Amino acid sequence: MTNLREQVGPYFGEFGGRFVPESLIAALDELDSTYQAAKLDPSFQHELAELHRTYTGRPSIITEAKRFAEHAGPVRIFLKREDLNHTGSHKINNVLGQALLAKRMDKTRIIAETGAGQHGVASATAAALFGLECVVYMGEVDTQRQALNVARMELLGATVVPVTTGSRTLKDAINEALRDWVANVDNTHYLLGTVAGPHPFPTMVRDFHSVIGTEARKQMLEEFGFLPTALAACVGGGSNAIGLFHAFLDDADVELYGFEAAGDGMDTNRHAATLNFGRMGVLHGAKSYMLQDEDGQTMESHSISAGLDYPGVGPEHAWLKDLGRAKYWGISDAEAMDALRLLSRTEGIIPAIETAHALAGALKLGKTLEPGSSILVNLSGRGDKDMETAAKYFGLLDKKS
Amino acid sequence: MSATSNVLKANKSSGKGSLIGYFPAGFPTLDESVDAAIAMCKNGVDVLELGVPYSDPVMDGLVIQQATESALEHGFKLPQVFEAVKRISAAVDTPILVMTYWNPVLSYGVERFATDLKEAGGAGLITPDLIPDEAKEWLEVSDKLQLDRVFLTAPTSSKERIQNACDLSRGFVYAVSTMGITGARDSVDNLARQVVAGVRGASSEQNTAVGIGISTAEQVNDVNSYADGAIVGSAFVKAYASGGVEALTAKVIEVSAGLQK
Repeated sequence: MTNLREQVGPYFGEFGGRFVPESLIAALDELDSTYQAAKLDPSFQHELAELHRTYTGRPSIITEAKRFAEHAGPVRIFLKREDLNHTGSHKINNVLGQALLAKRMDKTRIIAETGAGQHGVASATAAALFGLECVVYMGEVDTQRQALNVARMELLGATVVPVTTGSRTLKDAINEALRDWVANVDNTHYLLGTVAGPHPFPTMVRDFHSVIGTEARKQMLEEFGFLPTALAACVGGGSNAIGLFHAFLDDADVELYGFEAAGDGMDTNRHAATLNFGRMGVLHGAKSYMLQDEDGQTMESHSISAGLDYPGVGPEHAWLKDLGRAKYWGISDAEAMDALRLLSRTEGIIPAIETAHALAGALKLGKTLEPGSSILVNLSGRGDKDMETAAKYFGLLDKKS
Repeated sequence: MSATSNVLKANKSSGKGSLIGYFPAGFPTLDESVDAAIAMCKNGVDVLELGVPYSDPVMDGLVIQQATESALEHGFKLPQVFEAVKRISAAVDTPILVMTYWNPVLSYGVERFATDLKEAGGAGLITPDLIPDEAKEWLEVSDKLQLDRVFLTAPTSSKERIQNACDLSRGFVYAVSTMGITGARDSVDNLARQVVAGVRGASSEQNTAVGIGISTAEQVNDVNSYADGAIVGSAFVKAYASGGVEALTAKVIEVSAGLQK
């Protein structure tokens, strides 16, 4: 299996494409050509790398989680610390890249969708840094469960618009952002936060996040002298997972595992496990797997994690699944929350609930691997934003009173 | 051979002009939507655009979003669109184009959807989120079954893309009047004239109808002075929501008034 890394869209096998209104095609073409030019422009690459060095805090370190690994069978576990990036998650990698492109296209306004608020915070941050107007669409349900991130975005100068249509979560926030974009495309860039959506977003967002895997691969070889047996990352839309996977796609000996939100459980119908239970369809501009009913209506997903609560998934993941190159398992709310507490208490690192799905996955996966194996987990975000959810879940607030 | 095209061309050459009217199937229920659509066709709508309610209608404004959401809440199932087409086409001769986002068609099966639509008496499809570039299967199936296929062209479409939409559409090309989503606007953008001029430049044969933002008799007349038809949607849905078939009929008569002269 070679050359998986060289896929540049618009299609990944039969997935991907541009299933959007004609009104958006010119903007997508402009974005694509601007990105293609930037990719070949050393000054763009230098500017982005310098921003990452002096603003994001890259490279992010690798931490070996020895006490946590004792719970995962006879394996070593390494954490790629994207939680230490400025704004607290991997999302900043993509946001800075796209904000630079927005400047190149002379757009003065950016819009973004957000689920957990991580991408919204990152977008608001980039807007502040570059002096752009910023509007963030967020499902009303999510503005309530992620109130802290709403406050952060507003403090950064962004306008947060609660979306009250449909299921009032991430999927509907994307619909609202697309409607805004159709109407304001002359001065507005849609800063899409994941590897879904119409071409060139899945390829471009992946490329901006591929710094995660590129760094990690080099760090593993330089600091530890080997490549990990397996990679583990959570998958909602799939940006942090593809960011970690991409550099390793052609390392046939490295297994790739994505962990989807199984919500109440894989044996219930309340989950967000798109790659496990979805059917091929078209959602938000790309052909991929999605949760849909027999009429092709999008189904509501369920997860304790706002960032994974999405009934679609990026087309490259659909392709990697069908190829058998990556495997995708479901992790329930309960398994994720247990892993969140375990990492906190064994390593002194509080992960985001999204990330906790990858950690729970590593615990499960470790028990199936040969002794001496190793798992590299993308620690995609920190858990500060989830304190209220976690405190409620573990009854910490009740105990105090 | 397109019934839709025949109607538009006949109305154009007689100097009358055409009104294309949108209504969602299943809103508020299947029976009521059929009655509403028949009333529209009997009172001034020349081509019916029957909408398929969909969970993620990114091209639609609040009025149509709320109507289609309500249809889904009332239990609209996709096969009901064929029943609606069958009942409407039994009652009136008006060509019926089904306006649908792509995923319901893809999920049902493109050929199966087209076959059932044809059998029900439908004329073809308007596909707001399917560009010709991604439409290979639909192009083949619609050729085989001789169904109309309406692609959109926008104020930002390149010359090549306008040409492509003209070459591949059958019935008419949907000229998007303005950069935005469906919903009534005070004035129809001047961009609409440019979009229509683009279509005319690409083809002397192809029809083009202007949609988005049109809600008054004056706008309908104005659009028909340079295009082959005006598309009205949200204004009809709004009228129905406020006063049922009676208010809807009154609105159809009102906006088509100029065309009857």
